[in-house]
Amino acid sequence: MIRRQRWLGPVMFMPAILYIAALVGLPFVMAFFYSVGDVKVGSVGYHFVGLRNFISVLHNPTFQIAVRNSFIFTITSQILVLVGSTTLALALKEAFPGRRFLRFIILLPWVAPVSIGSIGWKWILDSLYSVISWVLVRMHLVKAFDTPVWLGEPKLAMMSVILVHTWHMLPFATVILLAGLTAIPKDIPEAASVDGAGFFRTLFQITIPMMLPIINVAVLFGMIFTFTDMTVIYILTRGGPYDTTQVIPSLAFFTGILGSDLAEGAAISIFLVPLLVVVAYMVLRSAHRAEVT
Amino acid sequence: MAVVETRKLTKVFKRGHLGAVNNVDLESREGEFLVLLGPSGSGKTTLLRMIAGLEEPTSGDILIGGKVVNDLTPRERRIAMVFQSYALYPHLSVYNNIVFPLKAQGVDKEGQRKQAEWATSLLGIQHLFERKPRELSGGERQRVALARAIVREPSVFLLDEPLSNLDAKLRASAREELEQFQKRLGTTTIYVTHDQVEAMAMGDRVVVMSQGVVRQIGTPTEVYDEPADTFVATFLGSPPMNIIPAEGVIAGFRPEHFLPPGVAERMGAHVSYDFHITHSEYLGAERILYGAIQGGPFDQHRVISRIPATHDADLADGSVHTFAVADRDLKFFDPQTEKRTTVRRLPS
Amino acid sequence: MASRRRVKTWFGIMVMWAVRVFFAVVLGFPFYWMLITTFKRNSDLYDLKNNPFILNELPTLDHLRWLFHETLFLRWVGNTLFAGTIVVVITLLLAVPAAYALARLTGAWGAQLGIGIFLTYLVPSTLLFIPLSKVISALGLQDSLWSVIVVYPTFTIPFSTWLLMGFFKSIPKDIEDAAMVDGLTRWGAFVKLMIPMSTSGILTVVIFAFTLVTQEFVYALTFISSANQQTVGVGVPTFLVRGDVFYWGSLMAACLITSLPIGVLYNIFLDKFIEGFTVGAVK
Repeated sequence: MIRRQRWLGPVMFMPAILYIAALVGLPFVMAFFYSVGDVKVGSVGYHFVGLRNFISVLHNPTFQIAVRNSFIFTITSQILVLVGSTTLALALKEAFPGRRFLRFIILLPWVAPVSIGSIGWKWILDSLYSVISWVLVRMHLVKAFDTPVWLGEPKLAMMSVILVHTWHMLPFATVILLAGLTAIPKDIPEAASVDGAGFFRTLFQITIPMMLPIINVAVLFGMIFTFTDMTVIYILTRGGPYDTTQVIPSLAFFTGILGSDLAEGAAISIFLVPLLVVVAYMVLRSAHRAEVT
Repeated sequence: MAVVETRKLTKVFKRGHLGAVNNVDLESREGEFLVLLGPSGSGKTTLLRMIAGLEEPTSGDILIGGKVVNDLTPRERRIAMVFQSYALYPHLSVYNNIVFPLKAQGVDKEGQRKQAEWATSLLGIQHLFERKPRELSGGERQRVALARAIVREPSVFLLDEPLSNLDAKLRASAREELEQFQKRLGTTTIYVTHDQVEAMAMGDRVVVMSQGVVRQIGTPTEVYDEPADTFVATFLGSPPMNIIPAEGVIAGFRPEHFLPPGVAERMGAHVSYDFHITHSEYLGAERILYGAIQGGPFDQHRVISRIPATHDADLADGSVHTFAVADRDLKFFDPQTEKRTTVRRLPS
Repeated sequence: MASRRRVKTWFGIMVMWAVRVFFAVVLGFPFYWMLITTFKRNSDLYDLKNNPFILNELPTLDHLRWLFHETLFLRWVGNTLFAGTIVVVITLLLAVPAAYALARLTGAWGAQLGIGIFLTYLVPSTLLFIPLSKVISALGLQDSLWSVIVVYPTFTIPFSTWLLMGFFKSIPKDIEDAAMVDGLTRWGAFVKLMIPMSTSGILTVVIFAFTLVTQEFVYALTFISSANQQTVGVGVPTFLVRGDVFYWGSLMAACLITSLPIGVLYNIFLDKFIEGFTVGAVK
């Protein structure tokens, strides 16, 4: 009877595969194709130009800044997310009154549309009416007529986009770590405390090492979602001031979509691929390990 | 005519590996309670699943009612099966679980109700109709699964360890009930178990399997008293048969046939051995004595004796006594094939 | 000994609560800010002498009134609901059978294929938007809500397939075997048993697909330029701004109205959703 139904499996999964192939696989290939051609919006012909787009991109100082920013943006925010979410997950592990409500509040930054959350921050970081500046003035840390222009000075702007992105990603990592924490059998930390380990010894030698596989998952997805994201930056700074907060994805958008230079935009996007490959490999490896055990 | 028959039935899961089921020839008779008995991994469940149509045979044929059914789907074979886990549909009420096979066949509402009432009255579970499976006890689940199996009056029941999820106490009464139930319905039944007590108590015939091969088919008395090979001899019986390799032959006798002084005299032709008892277990109704034979061809071989607790001889640990086995209780096996041989030569 | 232990415990509880409160304030503050801004009069909002954390004047509904009557906000909400519904339908039609087939009918390589499909979820929009914009215009969908309706299932199908595969795998195989012995075909068992038994998984997928339509930004920004075709996630931050003028009151009202329902929905199915990411790593 299994012989007679062998067609059923493929019939059931092929539509999904074809859909993905047409709208992910095909554009993925096209991205490479564009990056070695001379396509512009409105142009019809296609000429192969080899690595010309890549060479021009690599010589573009804005691109160099964007690459550097992408790494600063990803690494800094992920470190903050990792430390913050581990702390928060540990604080949320036990049941306590108000836990559900607290979880709801903590989750909001991630589930609210990121563009919407960012616009909220744009108001908080307003050049004139920033509530943060108001507090700083009241605390006499800055002068009323000389408040920081949060999104208008390169260093402050970069710091702002990193913090807002951290704010957005922290809940996601927290709930993933929480899932990992609750999966640790209760008797293991208990055994450790019976064996004479104190709070910190249990934390650093038992709990956190046991969380490592799940921390790994949180970091992998966090890296992908951060490295390839442009929403926070688009809303808050549009890559400014003077391209100082430009990252690879936002530069690809401004060049390829707004600037209509599809070929060069595609070439910029291609620089996202190496990280994708690395993360995909690591996801595969952890999935494989999960299957073996 | 055989209700279910298999011919050279073989299932190989991984090419190049040993088959899970190898060349099994089996015939179940009308109304018979046939038990497939074997340790885990012996292929008994795979064999049952092939009969049900849930696994595809690698080679060989399955016949139901004299017709080859290899290419029929499970639904076309018109059999009923009770699974080890019971496989009750968790989102359906007990009633809907029971009438599920009837609905699938397109039986009308009236017929569904009549059949469900008949099946449940046989099992005494009408009061559970509105419950969900998760609200039932283990015994109740087992009955619901049975009701679902009998509701469309199939020609064959297949049962895959249906009692193994019950606790020990419940299992004994459920076993008896199931046996009575089958006798009353008279439906041909194939029952898979690894529990020899179930097999001996319920089976009209027992098929002993190991490593995908049928070792012996026979009535419970036959497989216990006249085991076809050393595997059957040691798999059945607890403690197992004493197996002693000696020159050119393997001798075997059951612990309950290895008897102390006083009993031995009454059993006619017999052989005697000096039995050095090292330790013993008192189990209420009987005593199990562990020790070794001293002297003779079986010198230093460890053997076990099982005697009724009512036998009040003084058999202290460390003492040596003359034990005896009646000639008719001595079985011999070929040392190469480990199969029974007719050689009745006792090494001396 | 005993007292030292108690002190330590008290200290631990204090630290725990300090952490909880700190994160709740930092993470929740922007939403409080949206709330209070929504009801502040402009004269209060733009007066630096006022304490910005409280309402210094009587609350007003002007911002909400303006949002609902003078902007396309309701239109965007409608667009989002419409697109969400269709994306949900496409996702279910394709992902549910695919997940079942990969979980049950294809053996070992089904799992590999499942992981492969999941990986496509990680291919970012910022890599695909340029070629996709060509594909969209080839399909004649440029500057139309339908462009995102067609593209969003590329996110929802991989993730939903992966999630549902886990669901189907967790249902004992015996159940289907029993159903087939009881007279159903494989397809019948799928429709009559597997689907009803995985309603919570399917519901998770529905909410996931729906919220994704609200959250997505890059594709909607890229493919749609007309204000009246936009979804709420792009409409609010880009079209509620007139030139350089931000109507902060109305803007924050829109943010709050969009965020809260999604937050509530997400909370309902959060645990199931997280399982999708943590399969294998937790256990």
